[in-house]
Amino acid sequence: MSDTAEHTEAAEPVLTFLEKVHAKAEQDQVDGKYAAFEKIEDVGIDQGVARLTPEKIQKTINGVLKGECGTRMKTYVETCVHCGLCSDACHHYLSNDKNPKYSPVGKVKRTIWNMLDKDGKLTPEECREAVIVAQTECNLCRRCQQFCPFGIDIAYMISTVRRISFKLGITPQYIQDTANSHSVTMNQMWVKDDEWPDTLQWQEDEGRDEIPRLRIPVDKEGADFMYSVIAPEPKFRTHLINQAAVIFDQAGCDWTMPQLPGWDNSDMAMFTGDFETMGRVKKMHYEVAQKLRVKKIVMGECGHAFRSVYDVGNRWLGWRMPPIEMVHSIEFFAQLFREGRIKLKDKYPEQVTFHDPCNTVRGRGLHEDGRYVANLLTQGVVEMSPSKLYNYCCNAGGGVINCGPPWKTKRVLSNKIKAEQLARMKDRGINTIVSPCHNCHGGLEDIIHHYGLEMELKFLGDLIYELMEKPGAVE
Amino acid sequence: MHAFYNLVSGPLVWVAFAIFLIGSIWKVFSLLSGTKKKDGYVFTYWSWGHAIQSYIHWLIPFMSENSRQQPLMSVMTFLAHLGIVLVPIFTMGHIVLLEEGALGLSWIALPDQVADYAAWAVIAGCCFFAYRRLVLPQVKFVTSCSDFVILAIVVAPFLTGAMAYHGWGDNLLMTSLHMLSGEIMLVAIPFTKLSHMLTFWYTRGYTASEFGAVRKVYDW
Ligand code: SF4
Ligand code: SF4
Ligand code: SF4
Repeated sequence: MSDTAEHTEAAEPVLTFLEKVHAKAEQDQVDGKYAAFEKIEDVGIDQGVARLTPEKIQKTINGVLKGECGTRMKTYVETCVHCGLCSDACHHYLSNDKNPKYSPVGKVKRTIWNMLDKDGKLTPEECREAVIVAQTECNLCRRCQQFCPFGIDIAYMISTVRRISFKLGITPQYIQDTANSHSVTMNQMWVKDDEWPDTLQWQEDEGRDEIPRLRIPVDKEGADFMYSVIAPEPKFRTHLINQAAVIFDQAGCDWTMPQLPGWDNSDMAMFTGDFETMGRVKKMHYEVAQKLRVKKIVMGECGHAFRSVYDVGNRWLGWRMPPIEMVHSIEFFAQLFREGRIKLKDKYPEQVTFHDPCNTVRGRGLHEDGRYVANLLTQGVVEMSPSKLYNYCCNAGGGVINCGPPWKTKRVLSNKIKAEQLARMKDRGINTIVSPCHNCHGGLEDIIHHYGLEMELKFLGDLIYELMEKPGAVE
Repeated sequence: MHAFYNLVSGPLVWVAFAIFLIGSIWKVFSLLSGTKKKDGYVFTYWSWGHAIQSYIHWLIPFMSENSRQQPLMSVMTFLAHLGIVLVPIFTMGHIVLLEEGALGLSWIALPDQVADYAAWAVIAGCCFFAYRRLVLPQVKFVTSCSDFVILAIVVAPFLTGAMAYHGWGDNLLMTSLHMLSGEIMLVAIPFTKLSHMLTFWYTRGYTASEFGAVRKVYDW
């Protein structure tokens, strides 16, 4: 008898992680979680939509489409041959059973085409759909642009819809709150002017337990570089600041952080289409560095902030390229390693996989630098497929995660394709994902959790801090 | 019938060419002047080096990632476009007509057999595109009536040309219809989605410039 029992146990199928993801997705279908997408409520959107009038809608839409946009937008609309070749580029489409309404061109049809066809005379309900498409169904990750034979910039078209939505006052509540914070405090998280230097001092103290001479040089004029972070660092992930301080100190860097507003490089206003606020925030960021007369700005591990300081903010302010050299920490770490300024005492004991932040690959081609550093730190990088400049977005980017809790389930379910990618890695025995972007961490954490993937996420800085030689450390 | 033939083979040819030429010049001019007025950054970031690399990658099948992922579509698109460009320019009949007509110039012609195959490639390509529009959900979702009209405009001169060449149907009628449909296609190029023949260089080139020169990454 006991024999049979043992046999039954042995015959119990062991699910691979990929199978687990599929099972979970099926369950989500059965539970109606996908169907519930249609019923999501958001105070910011719903109250805004209730205030719309036909005149305001038409005037705003046409004001942006005819006033702010020009030939480029018109040419994209006229050139698109409706071939659908961009569809397979988009994780929203792939993750939602290839529902055509989530394909990149499908989303343009549901927004810009509709606006043009109706000469801006949308119903409030159609405006609601437009903002939902633009803010929650597209990460502006630009993958589709790499798959369209004409190179049509769908992210630009969707950004324009966000701009229209912003002007209509129908932006999702959570992200609008962070944009308001930018506008009022010049940082994303309502960090007060005195809280910021306090936090730096606190982190300096923390770091001194390990490295007694550690300083976080504040407002040091003429330093080699200014280090800037996103406001969620002082708010939620403070240890990253002392980690960075330790790395820079032990690598012998001449660096500083600003005391005044401008220290935050993040940018939610860019993602809500509030370009006026974006411009003010970016100007302050560049200016604070210029006042400190540093040679360049090195920024922390964030994707969207890099896009904003390297690619978008500068243009709004009339600078062809940023008025001061901008370096993402991926590139900076790679340089420190190449110059032999960081020595490792250890290597991470496992192989890892690398999730490329869209904004550092399609925004700056930093995939090789990222792998160079990750390979030095670990037993090697195993590639997801697709990866590097063809990576799938984590579905947090483009401000989608910042639209907050109402949209969380939709966001996670709309990236089942990423879960599958990760599950394949997990099935190959890879337990750790390295990703140099805060948003990607947020998005991937949720996916890992939802699909039960049990993987760990690391920043490059986490690994460097953990594994580097620290001659200045006590003990 | 003869009057119809005389019309489409005489004055209408010139009218069609004139509209095509002037329309195309207008299209390109308005594209560039409109860009200069409001989207000046397109010129600021334009990089010929990256644009040309990108044209090459997207015009040769299997050189771009997406083209590798869509092998059938790549082959059909490539053949159809090749036919659309080559057949009108390098068919013996067209060259002779133009030489006798007004240009007084001639150039090498494709062997008739090859031109015939190329014409059929265009027809097959258009059928394939129509099939995609009808069957693939992601294409169907964004397809409207005008997309089929465009396909019809393109397929008509090639179909009638092939029929005339093979002597199917009444020859004079086919030849006349062939000329008329060719003229319609020429006229349609600058004013419909067929203008992607002109705007491709702009959208592709600008994207390539941004990706290559600013973002240091390929756009293929
Ligand atoms: S999420 Fe990325 S791939 Fe999808 S439509 Fe937006 S930019 Fe394109
Ligand atoms: S691939 Fe380009 S041309 Fe084709 S549907 Fe998508 S955006 Fe339009
Ligand atoms: S959060 Fe990361 S993966 Fe997602 S869009 Fe930003 S950079 Fe891309």
